[in-house]
Amino acid sequence: MHDNHRLAFRFSRRTWLGQAAASAAVAAVPFTPAWAQFRVEVAGAGATQIPFSIAPFRDNGLVTQDMAAIIRADLERSGQFRFVPPLGYHLDESSRPDLAPWRSKGTDSLLTGSVSRLADGRFDVRFRLWDAVRGQDLGAMSYPVTTRDLRQAAHRIADFMYEKLTGDKGVFSTRIAYVSKQGNTHRLWVADADGEVAQEVFRSNQPLISPSWSPAGNELMYVSFESRKPVIYSHDIFTARRRLLANFRGSNSAPSWSPDGRRMVAALSISGNAQVYALNLDGTAPRRLTQSGGIDTEPVFSADGRSIYFVSDRGGSPQIYRMDANGGGAQRITFNGNYNISPAPSPDGKWLAFISRLGGAFRLHVMDLASGNTTALTETSADESPSFAPNSRLIIYATRDRGEALMTTTLDGRVKTRLASVQGEIREPDWGPFLK
Amino acid sequence: MNLTAPAPCRRHMTHDLSFFPSFPSTAMTTRSIATSLATRLSRPLVQRTAAVALLMALAACGSSVKLDEAPVEDRSAATASTGTDQGGTAMDQGSMDGVNVPGIDTPQPAGLERLVYFDFDSFDVRSDATPILEANARYLRANPNRKVNLEGHTDERGGREYNLALGQKRAESVRRALSLMGIPDSQMEPVSFGEEKPAAVGFDEGSYAQNRRVELVYR
Repeated sequence: MHDNHRLAFRFSRRTWLGQAAASAAVAAVPFTPAWAQFRVEVAGAGATQIPFSIAPFRDNGLVTQDMAAIIRADLERSGQFRFVPPLGYHLDESSRPDLAPWRSKGTDSLLTGSVSRLADGRFDVRFRLWDAVRGQDLGAMSYPVTTRDLRQAAHRIADFMYEKLTGDKGVFSTRIAYVSKQGNTHRLWVADADGEVAQEVFRSNQPLISPSWSPAGNELMYVSFESRKPVIYSHDIFTARRRLLANFRGSNSAPSWSPDGRRMVAALSISGNAQVYALNLDGTAPRRLTQSGGIDTEPVFSADGRSIYFVSDRGGSPQIYRMDANGGGAQRITFNGNYNISPAPSPDGKWLAFISRLGGAFRLHVMDLASGNTTALTETSADESPSFAPNSRLIIYATRDRGEALMTTTLDGRVKTRLASVQGEIREPDWGPFLK
Repeated sequence: MNLTAPAPCRRHMTHDLSFFPSFPSTAMTTRSIATSLATRLSRPLVQRTAAVALLMALAACGSSVKLDEAPVEDRSAATASTGTDQGGTAMDQGSMDGVNVPGIDTPQPAGLERLVYFDFDSFDVRSDATPILEANARYLRANPNRKVNLEGHTDERGGREYNLALGQKRAESVRRALSLMGIPDSQMEPVSFGEEKPAAVGFDEGSYAQNRRVELVYR
């Protein structure tokens, strides 16, 4: 290893533009392996699932992405939908199908659509959604997109279906961040919620951990060891602007945003062991929120911004506590077992996902915050880093059991999906917010 | 039988997807600058990478147009858009603050043992570490201009952030021990790598034991 780099400089406008263009050149090379589309595992009898059908999109052969397959995989991953194979009719969004045979096949809804080439080289993806039970047209849309955005159009169609049929917002067009390690190269990625179309944000030959999305979805905070100690940075994924946020004496880690995006919390070891601090968004004015002699780390705000969940070993073993957002009033909230870490509250304020060690196995658990009831969601033994989808209906997490991978699970643990990913060891997922 | 709003992509982006700035078309013309810069900035340890590539990918012109209730037949209406998106949002100057990086190639004191190990789930400096720390304390007292990083490590079981805090706790134990030997805090900084830099890669107690350590790295 050679530490021949110097970070202490400012990029000139010219340099930045140059890097932008270099990045564009890199982006032209497709390097994301196209893995199989379906990796949905269903365990046990499912709860009520909405039966749906998708007719193959007319002229889908114009493009390489199978729109119906992408939409189907999205909806199946949610655990709330059950696919009913389509009848062999040729249909598109301009058809008025006889819905009786679809009803008798057991489907509640039917999606039809088409792909057509526009004069400017883009593609027009159109769809119409039918309520097969009531024979109603539930809506139709057109997405004129480039080849690159075909998957995103499919995800938005899946979001449309999800919202029409469940009443909740879909998360299929949102994005996830994660870290890969291949040899000594550590990369921070942003990908679609199904793991596809991964784009590299940052690369280092030292470890990267703990990416955290800003509530606006434009910035990622993370911990980098590039200067031979953990230091917190923030990266604007659109402008490539990178900011040093916290490099205090000792270790700087576990960054997390307040829900209003105006403050951050992190674990700093200025005083010796890791303690929870609140900081301004530029990393200044650290204010200590915990006062224990041991470890206080992994702070994360509750959805309403009024509390902070964190991990502390003050009781002799790592447990999850909740305190006021300005410090004080800490109360222990995990009591099963002697190792509970990585709290992740749901955006709707009802759930807390976390990792619990039981009999040597580190498993994803979820707590109903109203009752305190806790459920194990997996049977794997090395789960890590849970994070809720913005609609609070799915959890993404990493597991090391069968090689490092990213998984999603429903809150009842019944439907799990292994996400597509880049090569290498995959870890540290964080689910981004709804896109505006 | 027309689309109700066959608006150009650009206009809809402004309204619906203003969140995604569009990719500046000018950037492509600076490719040659990029090549020469890439040569000049050769072999950076840490590369700022494809944020703009990401921007390209995320700048989905995924604007949607509601279709009329009636079937659509006139396709020409939808081709009005030219797709010549041009946004200036990505043009602000990048900036980065610097962090001093201790040189890895800095010569380490010859003949000085610089590794101390810890028991499972323990942060106490073991008695077999005392002579090692005493030797380092003698060196630091004799060389008051030298500084040392106390780098704490854990085995790979458990969470990454919690392990980072555990490694810090071990580094802090070593700092306290050296402090009792008269070394000022200005000469040492306890930091942690958690489980990220294992000395031994293995899933057995022998490997785990080698990973539960504090390394003294002079800079």
